[in-house]
Amino acid sequence: MFLYVMRRLTAAVPTLFIIVTLAFFLIRVAPGGPFDLERPLEAKVMENLMRIYQLDKPLWEQYLIYLQNMLQGDLGPSFYFRDFSVRQLLGEGLPISMELGAWALFLALMIGTGLGSFAALRQNRAGDFAVMGVATAGITIPNFVVAPLLTLLLAVYLDWLPAGGWNNGAWQNKLLPIVTLSLPQIAVVARLTRGAMIEALRSHHVRTARAYGLPGYVVVVVHALRSAILPVVSYAGPAAAALLTGSVVIETIFGIPGIGRYFVQGALNRDYTLVMGTVVVIACFIVVFNLIVDLLYAVIDPRVRYD
Amino acid sequence: MTDGTLDTARPVKGRSLRDDAIDRLKANRAAVASIALLIFMTVACFLGPLISPHDFDAVYPSYVKVPASLEAYPKEGDLEGILESNLRRARLALEDWRLEDGILTLETRSTRGDIDPRLAEYLARADSLNEVRIVSIGEDGKTATFEAALERQYFFFGTDANGRDLLTRTLIAGRVSIVIGLLATLVALLIGVTYGAIAGYLGGRIDMLLMRVVDILYSLPFIFFVILLVVFFGRNFILMFIAVGAVEWLDMARIVRGQAISLRRQEYVQAAQAMGVDGRGILRRHIVPNLLGPVVIYMTLMVPRVILLESFLSFLGLGVQEPMTSWGVLISEGARNIQGAPWMLIFPSLFLTATLFALNFIGDGLRDALDPKER
Repeated sequence: MFLYVMRRLTAAVPTLFIIVTLAFFLIRVAPGGPFDLERPLEAKVMENLMRIYQLDKPLWEQYLIYLQNMLQGDLGPSFYFRDFSVRQLLGEGLPISMELGAWALFLALMIGTGLGSFAALRQNRAGDFAVMGVATAGITIPNFVVAPLLTLLLAVYLDWLPAGGWNNGAWQNKLLPIVTLSLPQIAVVARLTRGAMIEALRSHHVRTARAYGLPGYVVVVVHALRSAILPVVSYAGPAAAALLTGSVVIETIFGIPGIGRYFVQGALNRDYTLVMGTVVVIACFIVVFNLIVDLLYAVIDPRVRYD
Repeated sequence: MTDGTLDTARPVKGRSLRDDAIDRLKANRAAVASIALLIFMTVACFLGPLISPHDFDAVYPSYVKVPASLEAYPKEGDLEGILESNLRRARLALEDWRLEDGILTLETRSTRGDIDPRLAEYLARADSLNEVRIVSIGEDGKTATFEAALERQYFFFGTDANGRDLLTRTLIAGRVSIVIGLLATLVALLIGVTYGAIAGYLGGRIDMLLMRVVDILYSLPFIFFVILLVVFFGRNFILMFIAVGAVEWLDMARIVRGQAISLRRQEYVQAAQAMGVDGRGILRRHIVPNLLGPVVIYMTLMVPRVILLESFLSFLGLGVQEPMTSWGVLISEGARNIQGAPWMLIFPSLFLTATLFALNFIGDGLRDALDPKER
């Protein structure tokens, strides 16, 4: 088991390396630079800036410097947010994004599997259609529509919750973002669970469990859900990586200081180091969560072994 | 009586797989309703702006952010205020006014200097006044009577923060969104089908290589890619969506490759190979036509994805630029004006969601119709 994890993590190094390299050169090829303002800077000032940020060296040398610094955990200074290092920015934003994402993921898994199983047990009956109708809506309606509409209803008309802001993480401020983040995920998880559950309920091991005379609750939760949850687990891996690294839309609409915004802003401002830092964080999350998914598979499905 | 005898006069018509599929699709009420809705939406978006009395970029300064209403503007109650503000700009005070058969008669007094007859033309620039003319100027030159035709405007969806008709803008936006969705999907289709068919048909080391490229592109964050494309192609949205299509082809390539691998082993392909047809000919005559089923299904599901992506980019301010607009732009404007003007959010959201729903239902319906096993 331990060996397997080690092997997977080592195998991830080349992948990360390729991603970092691609991202580094892609963002550099893009026209414009971090110090291109509407009114051009004086040549001398520009030259000094370029020298301080080591942008005057040839590209491959900059790349080597970046790689070297990255290995030592230094992601460089931000070009746009002066006086901040990328590590500081990510260090402040990431916990916030992760907190919201973790809650959303938790809600998605709990409510999603619950609704999905509920629908599967009532296949092609009213309850099923109701749940699936809501799930389709959840998948179809984009979150940049849901978020303002929820704000309109709960914050403007009813005045129950604040319309935006972080307010040092007060729960009132977290509620709307978490709900908006989790709605589409709940919908996807519910659909996945329903499909897998219907299949699982017809499978041999569930029939055997029924034949043993086990109570319905045990059959569904212990035997059917266990195999029905597998597709959900493989979906949840990448979804968790995406949720925990923040959502641009949610953070923009609700004014939350997470790291989702840095990605878009960084790319637009040509804040090379910030973009690279975000790419590295996201890539690491994807690698880690793919690993977690594979390990969970071994825990849930007795046929899967890593020895 | 014809009981028990076959009607041999009519030739027996066989049922093709396609007939079966069409019947299954027709039986799917959600899909049929969605097709009807989509056709209606497309027609409305393409013909609506031509019929609409307002241009999508016409600005009505008197009607900034007026709520959606079936009544014409200016409303009876607001008329006096609007007239006063129109006159104030011409340095006139309203003394008395009446409205008969759409003709306004305004008694005015100058607040500064003598009345210039040219003021009539100046007043005619107001959104609600037409054909303004001076009936009489008083003895002292300070009072005047104007006559004007009252112009009434309908804003069924209200107006936006610049005083532009939201109905026309929503329809124009729909035009942009739908065109972009189709365009990008077409590009993704071309690249994905070609790439996937080649990889799947040739197989072996070439397949390995081509698919590794796809894997690597997959692992790059998608938004990163799109934003880079925006940066590269600037704000030219046609170019940009060709580029978005060029990113969206990855899934298509995978699906097509999987299909092509199984098609490669079919007898008719082997027969064609045995007869010496070259690779390109086989791809074109046998592989690609047989791929079309899953590709069509995937395409109907991709159009809403692209529309969503475009809206998302426009929402971030990276998409279509003013005065052109798209549903994403309208929704983001609506989200910003949510406190004072909720109709600016509600109508575009409604149109976008309805279209996305319809496309999804059609995609699901097609899948069920073409592949009954999936049900």
